[in-house]
Amino acid sequence: MHESVIINLSVFILFLPLLGFIVTLLLGKKIKSAYLFENIIIVITFLSSVYLLYSKLANFRTIKITSEFEWFSFNNFITGTMLTINLGVMIDNITAIMLSVVALISMLVHLYSIEYMKGDAKYNSYFAYLGIFTFSMNGIVLTNNILMMYMFWELVGLSSYLLIGFWFEKKSAADAGKKAFIVNRIGDIGMFAGVLILFFTYQTFSFDNIFKSISLGVLPFNSDFWLTVTGILLFCGAIGKSAQFPLHVWLPDAMEGPTPVSALIHAATMVAAGVYLVVRIFGLLTADAMLFIGVIGMISAFIPATIALTQNDIKKVLAYSTVSQLGYMIMALGIGAFQFAFFHLVTHAFFKAALFLGSGSVIHVMHHEQDIRNMGGLKKKMPLTYWTFVLSSLAISGIPLTSGFLSKDGIITSSLAFANLTGHYLFPILSLIVAFLTAFYMFRLIIKTFHGEPKDSHKFQHAHESPFLMVMPLIVLAGLSFFVWYTPNPFDSEQGWVLSKWIEKPIVHTPENSRFDFMKTNADEETEQNFSYLESETYKEAMQSAHYPAMILSELVAVLGILLAFLVHHWKKINADSIASSIKPVYNFSLNKWYFDEIYHKTFVTFTIGFSRILAWFDAKVIDGIVNASAFITKHFSFFIGNFDKYIIDGIVNFTAYFNGFAGLLVRRIQTGKVQSYLALVIFSIVILLFIFK
Amino acid sequence: MTVGLTHFLVVSSLLFSMGLYAIITRKNAIMVLMGIELILNSANINFVTFSRFGNFGYSGHLVALIVIVLAAAEAAIALAIVLNIYRNISTVNVDEIDNLRD
Repeated sequence: MHESVIINLSVFILFLPLLGFIVTLLLGKKIKSAYLFENIIIVITFLSSVYLLYSKLANFRTIKITSEFEWFSFNNFITGTMLTINLGVMIDNITAIMLSVVALISMLVHLYSIEYMKGDAKYNSYFAYLGIFTFSMNGIVLTNNILMMYMFWELVGLSSYLLIGFWFEKKSAADAGKKAFIVNRIGDIGMFAGVLILFFTYQTFSFDNIFKSISLGVLPFNSDFWLTVTGILLFCGAIGKSAQFPLHVWLPDAMEGPTPVSALIHAATMVAAGVYLVVRIFGLLTADAMLFIGVIGMISAFIPATIALTQNDIKKVLAYSTVSQLGYMIMALGIGAFQFAFFHLVTHAFFKAALFLGSGSVIHVMHHEQDIRNMGGLKKKMPLTYWTFVLSSLAISGIPLTSGFLSKDGIITSSLAFANLTGHYLFPILSLIVAFLTAFYMFRLIIKTFHGEPKDSHKFQHAHESPFLMVMPLIVLAGLSFFVWYTPNPFDSEQGWVLSKWIEKPIVHTPENSRFDFMKTNADEETEQNFSYLESETYKEAMQSAHYPAMILSELVAVLGILLAFLVHHWKKINADSIASSIKPVYNFSLNKWYFDEIYHKTFVTFTIGFSRILAWFDAKVIDGIVNASAFITKHFSFFIGNFDKYIIDGIVNFTAYFNGFAGLLVRRIQTGKVQSYLALVIFSIVILLFIFK
Repeated sequence: MTVGLTHFLVVSSLLFSMGLYAIITRKNAIMVLMGIELILNSANINFVTFSRFGNFGYSGHLVALIVIVLAAAEAAIALAIVLNIYRNISTVNVDEIDNLRD
């Protein structure tokens, strides 16, 4: 097999959903079954992606396949050289895996939506939007340069906006779409600045070329500091898209969109784009930038976990849990657990999609009831939904034998190893607390939804298991939460093929003095060119010694969390309400989401509105005043000019005419037509002339 | 008192003035033509006079003869024109022939 097959296949996968989008959108109004075309397209996309993953791993496992072409070139006015902008694709194992994950979840969500969205007025548009989302996501995944990534990044933002605000007749949905778009834009400004710094320094957008230059010691403005700044600016994009603190506020609101959309975009794939971005730029992150990323990730893992404890909307709980898990991945990247971060991205995509689709199943059956206080007892009515939900919850809590255990345990182990190496012990401590909280709120959700007595007997009586097309994706996704797909040994993910063979080891390109100590290359080990710190003895030892303590601790907190959830909510040994009322301020703090929205509203939103008012006033008074004044002056000046024209210029013209007319009147008398009078005049004139010239 | 140059010139200018007067005042086109003849003849007198008193030999006489011939031709053409005018507008009154004004 030749590399070009892979490249052509990847381009095919990239543009196929775009075709689906265009056709479905154009024909959607006329042909009712246009959505079927989109569904066929997505199935083909999925099959192609799997084939791509297979052939990449089978034939080119250690090779990075890149292909690019010149988009356009232009003259650089400053240096006088030609600059070429290239577009292209890059397929390494991470790309291939990510592509398959996106295509699989996208396909399942498509199929699920056939049932879930049935009867919606904009049925076909919905599938078209899903198509453009898949297209943009594939673009982010496949690109080999940061410019193209930025373009598809914005496209993803657009499709997200379209889908969040899909039911835009509802004001809350329209507002949520707007909020998501604006908040994302704030992060994107940072990313754009980062892209500009990179292009200014390296005159290329390609990841490979940038990394090569950094390895050769070329730095932005010749300083480590600016490399750090560049890394953090690029990460700002991830803060927006992956809903990290302090821009996480849009994600819970984004739950206004249809539930399958929440599963696809706001849980499994799009929000993972931020993580994917950090994965791609990992090679240029300095120690300071990584620490910044780690801290942001840690905060984003912790705060939403505490908020999720008290939320009563089934989707809000899952939304905060998503932010929390994304925080985990970001934190993992910040502390150098590159492989686990990407691994968690994959496993999380599967079980979080399963959870969201499960919640969608419940919401569908309960006739759009989302408040878990009105649910309960659904276990008997919806056994398949229940069991897949439980399986996914076990996975997200990190219980052994699940995929979540492999990745989450890896992250906690890495954080402990990192703490041992650098002394930042807050990372493992908060990771464990978050793991505890996660287990607790997930099982609180399960118990309130599926166990106990039904609160709304009328709706309960009509409840039944969802149709096949909705249950099938749940089963597939929950099935993917088992460990067997990733490793033969359920307790050691490093032995599995995913981590040891599939996900490449990261190569750090930053200058030696701006790395963490454990990332520095030893002089004797430097012989190998593609050296990765993950293979250094120090790091391996640290991981080894952290492995069992971390595993035991994380299991302990997870089981404790689940037990506590059962104690409080199932067996009612502990009265939740009395605890809540005894720590009322803390409870309210969590219930009101740490007052983030209120704080932002009081500060940024109010400030922006106030500032806009000032600008509006400035516009209305000063700018308009200047415009009006100039209009006034012009008007009067032209009035003057007009009169000048009318009286002076026209006056001269008219005067000439009148004068000529008058002169004509006088002279006309002489022309009698009589020869004799002419002759008399001639003689008279001659006599006069004779007197003059005598 | 001998008849000299001045006497001839006075006769000539009298003749000229009478011709001019006839051209300007007569209403009949024929009379106007007769005025023209008078003027031509006054010119002839001048030519002959200067030829006689001057030092030109007989060139003055020759010119006078040419003028007489010319006057005959002119009279023929002018009478033809007058005749045509009379045929067209039934008058020979020069006051009424003011078509040139238009």
